[in-house]
Formats: sequence, C-alpha cells, structure tokens
Amino acid sequence: MSWLETLRTGLEAVRTHRLRSALTVLGILIGIAAVILTVGLGEGAQAQVGSEITSLGTNVLTISPGSSTSSTGLRAGFGTASTLTMSDATALESKTVAPDISAVAPSTSSSEAMTAGTSNWTASVVGTTPSYLTVRGWTLAQGRFIDNQDVADHEASVVLGATTASELFSRGDPVGETVNINGVPMTVVGVLDSTGSSSSSTTNQDDEAIIPITTAAERVFGGTSRSSVSSIIVQAGSSSQLSAAYQEADTELLALHHVTTPADADFTITSNASLLSTATSVDKTLTVLLGGIAGISLLVGGIGVMNIMLVSVTERVREIGLRKALGATPRLIRRQFLVEASVLGLVGGALGALLGILGAEILPHFISDPISISAWATVGALLVAIAIGVIFGVYPASRAAHLAPIDALRSE
Amino acid sequence: MLDKGRAGDGEESRDQYEVIELVDVTKIYQTGSLSVAALRGVSLTISEGEYVAIMGPSGSGKSTLMHILGCLDVPTAGSYHLAGENVSAMSETELAAVRNRRIGFVFQQFNLLAGLSAWRNVELPLIYAGVGRVERRERAMASLERVDLSDRVHHKPGELSGGQQQRVAVARALVTDPALILADEPTGNLDSTSARDVLALLEELHSAGRTVVLISHDSGVAENAGRVIQILDGLVDDPIAQHNEALR
Repeated sequence: MSWLETLRTGLEAVRTHRLRSALTVLGILIGIAAVILTVGLGEGAQAQVGSEITSLGTNVLTISPGSSTSSTGLRAGFGTASTLTMSDATALESKTVAPDISAVAPSTSSSEAMTAGTSNWTASVVGTTPSYLTVRGWTLAQGRFIDNQDVADHEASVVLGATTASELFSRGDPVGETVNINGVPMTVVGVLDSTGSSSSSTTNQDDEAIIPITTAAERVFGGTSRSSVSSIIVQAGSSSQLSAAYQEADTELLALHHVTTPADADFTITSNASLLSTATSVDKTLTVLLGGIAGISLLVGGIGVMNIMLVSVTERVREIGLRKALGATPRLIRRQFLVEASVLGLVGGALGALLGILGAEILPHFISDPISISAWATVGALLVAIAIGVIFGVYPASRAAHLAPIDALRSE
Repeated sequence: MLDKGRAGDGEESRDQYEVIELVDVTKIYQTGSLSVAALRGVSLTISEGEYVAIMGPSGSGKSTLMHILGCLDVPTAGSYHLAGENVSAMSETELAAVRNRRIGFVFQQFNLLAGLSAWRNVELPLIYAGVGRVERRERAMASLERVDLSDRVHHKPGELSGGQQQRVAVARALVTDPALILADEPTGNLDSTSARDVLALLEELHSAGRTVVLISHDSGVAENAGRVIQILDGLVDDPIAQHNEALR
C-alpha cells in the first residue's frame, strides 16, 4: 500500500468524522495562532523600540543636565536642572578638545501651542542648531533645514515635523507659510520626512517644530532657557569612536563645570546603544513569557489530538479488525492512524497560521502595538503542528496496530 | 497466474489438492491462571472445490476453529497448511499477507465500512495487495457484477438492504480470487429471503469451482453444503475423518 493510498485513507477518516476532526483541529489552531501572534507581538515591539531608538540617531550620545544621585547623597533633578549651557556645546565642537566628536547639537525644547490660519496644534518645539538634522539622522521632505545664518540672525524660521505639518496645513504646501508659535510669527522653511516612529503618541518624533536655538531662547521660550540648554546631542565620527567621544565629552564637561570627582558630575551622558539593549532585553523576556504560555496552549492542543485519536481507535475497533482481516499489516494500520493524526495537526497548523497572520493584520487597528509576522515563526509553527500530530498520534496508532483482529472483529 | 502455482510445487499431478490441512490442532486460551481448551486436537482436510459446513452449538469451539482457518489466530499446538503453506508458525505480518491473498471473508455483521461506497468497499483487499487504481476499479466492478449488484456500485452500505450488503461482502471476498471463501454465519443477520439469496450465491460459487467453508449453528443452512463437519467440545465429529481413521 503506497503512501498516497495511506494518505487518502487518512483523509477519508478525517472527513467521515467531520465535527470531531474540526474540534480537534480547533485546539491546534488556537495554539498555533497564539504562538504566531505572541512571537509576532514580541518581535514587533522589539522592532519598534529598535527603530525608535535608531531614529534618535546613530552613534550618538545624549548629554542631559543634572545627575540622578551625587556622591553626597543629594538628588539633583535629572534632566530638569539647567546646568548645561551653550558654551558647553561650543566647547565640545572644538576638534582639539574632542577629535572623535563629529557633530554637536544643543537643544532646548518645550511644548508650545501653534496656530496657522484657523488650525491650531500643540507640539514639541525644539530650539537647536543645524547639526541637529545630522545627529538625529533625519531627512527633509521639502524646503531646507535651519542654517547657521538663521541661528546667527535669530531668524524666525521653523522646520516642521511630518505630523505637525499635516496637522497645521491639511492641504497645500506649508513651505513659505506662517506659523504662530507662542504668539511669535515664524516662517516655515522646510518639512521633515516621516521617521516612521509615529505609532506611539508619547514618543512621536514626527510631531516637532524646529527653530534656531537663538530664536528659541530669546523670542519663544524665555526664562532660564536663555542661557541653558536642555540637552546636547553629540555624534561620534563612527561607532568605534563612540567610547572615545564619551570620554572626551565627559572630561571636557567635568573641567568646564569645575567638578573634581566624576561621581559629582552635574550632567549625565547616555548612549542609545545602552537604551536599545535594555529595551530589547525587556522585550525578549516578555516574548519568551508570552510564547511560553502560547506553547502550553499548543501542548494542550496536542493532548487533544491524542485524546481524539484514542477515542477514534476505540470507536473504530471493528474497522481496524476488518482491515486486518482483509490483509492490512500492523505497520499499515499504524501508518494510517499516524497519517490521520498528522493531517489533523497540519490542518490545524495551517489554519492557525492563517488566523495568526490575519490577526496580525487586524489587531494593530485596535491596539497600538505593531505585530510583525516572521516567515520562520510561521514555518516553524507549522512544523511544530505536524510534529505534534505525529508525536501525540504515535501511542494511539500503535494501540490500533496491535489490536488482535479477532478481538477487533468480535466487538459490537 | 498466481493461482496456477497455488497447488504448491510438484503437486500438479493431483486432480484435487488440499486447500486446508489441519493436523492435531489445539487452541488453549490462557486468562490469568485459568486455561480453557477451545480446540482439543482437531484434524481435518478440505479439498479444492469442496463446499463444507462446520456446525456446532455455541461454545463448541466453532468460532475458534473459524479464526484459525481464517488465519486470524494461530494454533497453540498442531500444524495448519493453507493451500500448501504452513501458516501455523507465521508472524502477524505474514499472516496478514496470507489472509489478503488466500482467504475471502464473509462475516455475519457484513463488516462493510459505512463511509465508503460499495465498490470502494470491494476494492479494499486489493489496496492492501498493492494493486494499482485502475485495475482495482475494474476488478471491483467485475466482482460486483458477479453478485448482481452492478446497479448499486456507488451506493453506500446504509443505502443498501441487508441482503445487498451481504452480497457486497461476498463480492469483496471474491475480488482477490482467493483459494478459500470463509463465511461465518453469513445468513445470521438476514431475513429468510435474503438468506436464501446469499446461500444460492455461495452454492453458485461452489459450482463454479470455489472452495467454500461455511460456519453455522443452523442445520438448515448447513445442509446446503456438500459435507458437514460437526464440532463438539473442541473435537471434530466428522464421519469421513473417522471412517478414514478406521481404514488406517
């Protein structure tokens, strides 16, 4: 008896017991879909965190004012103290002081209300220098970025993020139009490309308005922002120069701020790489946890296959006996039941994969998290489904194979 | 082609050869410490073309004998040659092949697979014999024609009467062209008209030269056969065998 005949016989049996087969398949289906979705969710989250952190710029260090704890036990407000100044940024630009630093972009930022014609919108307004474009790794969709002339002349020029631009100017070209920021009329000189990280509203990098740092300090923000900056982003020449750049920035700033013990530093330098690895490891843990739960549901589905196959063997004792009487060898009977179990596994796996992929398409419309379905997870899940059918089918199949034909025929 | 060699090599000179040769067969069922002897030394021979009825009350060992004759079970002691092959010492896999090639079963319960149409039921033994699809279909159709069911080939067992179902079962028994047709109470589940039908069919097969062994507890059924072997308490009560014994 060929494999093809065995397959046909197995499929016939599955078709004959439609409802039961469907219910068994459902167990596998849910398990596989759950595995695919949780793995997809985990990978989606990782990819999102990765792209968000990358969109902060590559090879960059962020210097923030203040430090979480000083050696004397005093807590300085991390990120809120105004200990960083424009002169710090200027000092770091020097090639002799910091040869490994290729670009420096000081910035101040504040959330401000903007109006353009009848539209109004609140976005993060960033006052910075032309290097900001480089260190963030952004590109322009149209117009130009702020230039050195803008900074020198305290020009009222603004570059809008993709989201901000579309919110303020739903139609028409924003370049050349006027936006009122905090009551100051500014001319739009350019619009940024979307960074693609706009899915989460809290860290939307497309919702920004960039103005010259001098204009920000003197005409828009006021207050302490006049002399201080809220962060300095420093870009190293290459990823291998990153730690050298860190050392140079650290040494130079400690000297400028007259701090003798590094632990008392009134600034903090963080790198995106460390952020990335922390975020990724958190996501990995979560994926493993969720994947484990989904795996258990798959296991339960497998036990369902075994259960139904055992019932099937018991119920079809007469059929098995008859087939044996007609010349089926134990091996052929075992094969028939194994094929049946793996067909259940395969169908469940295929439908589960389909549901998982469908879920990955539909779910992101209801939850904010992206789901990325990887080919290996889908193929892997399918293989696992077939394997489950086979593994959990072995015992019922060998029970069927070892039934004595007379006992099987005799039973009513 | 295969059938020509069935007589066994070097035995062609004989007109009739022994399809069944049972020598001193015993079967003991062991359940725990209790052992029950269902057959206590049965010897019998059935020649090609014979129509034999095996009769006996329930508990006589009739069913056990049928299982051994049908290669569904092996004897505890003694030897059994089926169409010249010693089947008493075969493995389960070898027995499956022997059942497939040599024996056509007709059961009391018909034992048709409910999900398959008549012709699909009839082709089952051929699947296990490794016959190709096209030939299987042809032979199944021919076999169904032989039992007068050409117009019912695509019906499922549930759509057929009891008599028709048993005729499908006979067609299935015939399809491999076996040395022996073994019918176990073939009329037990049929009304008298259908029973007569099936018995007539068996008689017809016999007159066409087939070896038919019929197992029944009903003397009315058994009297159709050319020879009746009585089984009682696990022993054969066979006048011819006893006669032969006496002659020796």
